Amino acid sequence: MNVINSKTPQGPLSEKWKEYKSHQKLVNPANKRRLDVIVVGTGLAGGAAAASLGELGFNVLNFCIQDSPRRAHSLAAQGGINAAKNYQNDGDSIYRLFYDTIKGGDYRAREANVYRLAEVSGNIIDQCVAQGVPFAREYGGLLDNRSFGGAQVSRTFYAKGQTGQQLLLGAYSALSRQIQKGTVKLFARHEMLDLVLIDGRARGIIARNLVTGKIERFAAHAVVIATGGYGNTFFLSTNAMGSNGSAAWQCYKKGAYFANPCFAQIHPTCIPVHGEFQSKLTLMSESLRNDGRIWVPKHKADAEAVRAGKLKPTDIKEEDRDYYLERRYPAFGNLVPRDVASRAAKERCDAGYGVGTTGLAVYLDFSDAINRLGLKTVEARYGNLFQMYEKSVDENPYKTPMMIYPAIHYTMGGIWVDYELQTSIPGLFAAGEANFSDHGANRLGASALMQGLADGYFVLPYTIQNYLADQIQVPRFTTDRQEFDTAENAVNDKIQKLINIKGKRSVDSIHKELGLAMWDFVGMGRTKFGLREALAKIAEIKREFWSNVRIPGSGSDQNTELEKALRLADFIEIGELMARDALYREESCGGHFREEYQTEDGEALRKDDKFSYVACWRYTGEDMEPELLKEELAYEYIKVQQRNYKE
Amino acid sequence: MEKTINITLKVWKQRNPKSQGAFETYTLNNISIDSSFLEMLDILNEQLINEGKEPVVFDHDCREGICGMCSLFINGRPHGPDDDVTTCQLHMRKFHDGETITVEPWRSAAFPVIRDLMVDRNAFDKIIQAGGYVSVNTGGVPDANAIPIPKDKADAAMDAASCIGCGACVAACKNGSAMLFVSAKVSQLALLPQGRIETAKRAKAMIAKMDELGFGNCTNTGACEAECPKNVSISNIARLNREFLFAKLKD
Amino acid sequence: MWLFKSSIGKKLIMSISGIFLILFLTFHMGMNVTAIFSEEAYNGICELLGVNWYAIVGTLVLASGFLVHVIFAFLLTLQNRKARGNKRYVHSKAPAGVEFASQNMLVLGLIVCMGLLLHFAQFWYNMQFAELIGNHSNNLIGSPSDGAAFIKHWFSIPWVCAAYLVWFAALWFHLTHGFWSALQTLGWNNAIWINRLKCISNIFATVIFGGFASVVIVFYFKSLV
Repeated sequence: MNVINSKTPQGPLSEKWKEYKSHQKLVNPANKRRLDVIVVGTGLAGGAAAASLGELGFNVLNFCIQDSPRRAHSLAAQGGINAAKNYQNDGDSIYRLFYDTIKGGDYRAREANVYRLAEVSGNIIDQCVAQGVPFAREYGGLLDNRSFGGAQVSRTFYAKGQTGQQLLLGAYSALSRQIQKGTVKLFARHEMLDLVLIDGRARGIIARNLVTGKIERFAAHAVVIATGGYGNTFFLSTNAMGSNGSAAWQCYKKGAYFANPCFAQIHPTCIPVHGEFQSKLTLMSESLRNDGRIWVPKHKADAEAVRAGKLKPTDIKEEDRDYYLERRYPAFGNLVPRDVASRAAKERCDAGYGVGTTGLAVYLDFSDAINRLGLKTVEARYGNLFQMYEKSVDENPYKTPMMIYPAIHYTMGGIWVDYELQTSIPGLFAAGEANFSDHGANRLGASALMQGLADGYFVLPYTIQNYLADQIQVPRFTTDRQEFDTAENAVNDKIQKLINIKGKRSVDSIHKELGLAMWDFVGMGRTKFGLREALAKIAEIKREFWSNVRIPGSGSDQNTELEKALRLADFIEIGELMARDALYREESCGGHFREEYQTEDGEALRKDDKFSYVACWRYTGEDMEPELLKEELAYEYIKVQQRNYKE
Repeated sequence: MEKTINITLKVWKQRNPKSQGAFETYTLNNISIDSSFLEMLDILNEQLINEGKEPVVFDHDCREGICGMCSLFINGRPHGPDDDVTTCQLHMRKFHDGETITVEPWRSAAFPVIRDLMVDRNAFDKIIQAGGYVSVNTGGVPDANAIPIPKDKADAAMDAASCIGCGACVAACKNGSAMLFVSAKVSQLALLPQGRIETAKRAKAMIAKMDELGFGNCTNTGACEAECPKNVSISNIARLNREFLFAKLKD
Repeated sequence: MWLFKSSIGKKLIMSISGIFLILFLTFHMGMNVTAIFSEEAYNGICELLGVNWYAIVGTLVLASGFLVHVIFAFLLTLQNRKARGNKRYVHSKAPAGVEFASQNMLVLGLIVCMGLLLHFAQFWYNMQFAELIGNHSNNLIGSPSDGAAFIKHWFSIPWVCAAYLVWFAALWFHLTHGFWSALQTLGWNNAIWINRLKCISNIFATVIFGGFASVVIVFYFKSLV
């Protein structure tokens, strides 16, 4: 079995990044103008990278599928962004953020990357404030913080319940400035459909103009993929409708390793599913767990009465409530990491204590907080989230507890990258959720924004130069080359093939079927048997899709069904790889919970001797089993131990 | 158990920006009142696809009221008959059984229809590109706490910044004016010391771009504020006027 | 020049000319109300505003202010209609909280203009204008400087009274929006003051309306007895 080299610099942990920056190769200003970089995605990672590379003087081509860069799904993050500023004087430090992140990720992330992330976290806040991001402030005028899951310090910066949006608008404004200056050229409503390699290096992409349906070619010296995660494999997730894994998947098919695909995060606080027509799940920020208390009825009879609509939650007495997170995890209480909170909710519901009409919900109760802080304070903190809940569910969360249930939210897995965020294809970089890097097997709340912006503002603009410094002699490529012909033809063939199936089923109906199989077998509780079942089911769905999907309209015009079909074709294959990876990883860690591997009290049981590695999957061909490569994880600065949120 | 309604939909269908376009009528039965408006449109599209027809095209993405991608002028109001929501947060419980629902695209010269209910809001991006930013490069900025900002100022900036760029203000305005959108950005940055420095330049550049792109003139009707899903206030427009006039008078 | 080119510039012109007209209205209203209490005093003012260099200059300035207001109203409306696009909503309603006046300023303005024409024909043409062209002799109603006579004559005719009241009503609507809107355009507004200004607008418009209307009503009833 091959062992993969992460190109982590030598030296002490805290010196690695400084060392790297001191010795890396740079590109002089005159040469920067001659170098083109394609950035796919305009979210926190993509938008920040495109803007920063533009500022440096590179010639950037930036792509997004939405009508504007400001719509990228990074903006849906509500609660906040972590940074080791220690403004609260509560004992935070770079090391502690690093430690919390590694531990939160259940010891499956690369030490050096995570330390770098913690190191630059403070710069992100400085940068965003300078851009005019209106973070929440104290009366004294300084920045306010809140606490988030998996941490015992308050290091989360926030802007109402719209932190992601504000950070994205910051990146978007920086990007807009570069577009105005002409260093960045924006291609909105363009979807990347393939990666073009020339002599083994990433040199361009094929994209479909979503308005005209035209297939277009773009060449560059390097390509950055920042297209987010693949959570929508599950159909129902907190991702946006358009979020997809296709760009990353094309890179995988061109030779980029796909790492830890089975690490998907289930977010504990989402509005529960309410009907089969449902198109997506709405997240309720983790910040709610700061003041909200999670409970289910202590007695099964009460739970049954609630489900039948005979008993109201407000009628259940305090002593008849089971605050199960506080009971099981006294030290962290309602602020345990997401994977732990999600599993605990599932455990209670499976045991018959669930509420809501389906029994697949638990309460998130603010009555204590309202009594303690007053309605006004609660409203100031969470008003917009409460409003969102009320509009969706038609219940007033100030008066009756919210109902929540876990849902797929984020994928820690993604394209494998080395320390430089370069994939296994030279010249192809991956940033943000699209790469696998920093969160291990479970991401802590408010860390996605941090990682996206760290990659985009402070890591990639450096590391990509180290690569591009060797490319200054390479002239611009013409897109008339045969490599582009081949790629474009393949894309056209695929589109024609899909259009010509003319079957009976809509894309969504098949996607829902895939989602159900994924949720049942590759969701919160996985078993060897279930995963095998999933692989068989997914193969069946794949056959059904390629023989019975119906796409009205033509391929050479705007066609929303075709867009969905192209994405679903990849989701099916991603789902398959997720199941395969989950089957292979015979341990429980973070978001990956194999029911065979748990401690006596139901906690995840890692097998560090066998699985302390990054599982990197290499594509070997259509319908062929992919090859598994391993990047061993060495922990030099942290003692690997069983995660403990109890004491 | 689950309450359902039957509805008639009158939906604007338009093949491309140049074609004429017309309403088409569909009937939908047994729509759960707990489904969102866009989920109802999903059901319509599923029905159309099963009949071998092309689905109705509309913009949508996050479906939780924050991305600003969804639009739709429903029964005479942008984002439909509920207050303070985007179309994706509008639920069918706001309609009654047997109701005829008219769905139109945003109509404004600056937002041409691309297809059916999908419009081109690129003009908003161009306005931001004209000056909706603080001119700082990545790196080399002072510590985040170096400049204290009064809480009320920061909160007011946040309120202005909650604009999601959906375009409901333009759609609602009888003049097709983008002043609420422009003023939200100018206000946000004018209220913060970081953005204050460039305020005059920004206000002038953004207004010039707004005028150039063919948006109308604000006549202070307040329809934008009434229909804004994020409650952005027209007091921001007053601030923009102030900043713009001061800037021009100084020149 | 930005004042004529930019949208806010044009609105500034509307705002300042509007405020100027508001000041004139206030003065005119005050003068009219005088007639209720003392016809002599009213005539005194009329005489003052006859053919004097300051009255003529004042009238010219006023007329040009008025013209500017009207011309820019049309200019802006044309532009706004263009911005709205060729296709209209088939189904559209004003959202709650949007004043009727604000959506119909041009129509209200046109009604005000028509009322003004009537007023010119009945009063100004026979009074200041008559003196201007050197006609100081009595006409059918009275001497050009005997304003009270004109008031008494016209406001004894029911349809004239009705027309004037409609005119003042249109003015009331126009002012309820115009007053605060002018200040908003000047940037003299914020989240707290916006409601106060709207309230002041309504009070001010009502005072203007009440002043003008009372003269009509009082003289109509006087004519009956």
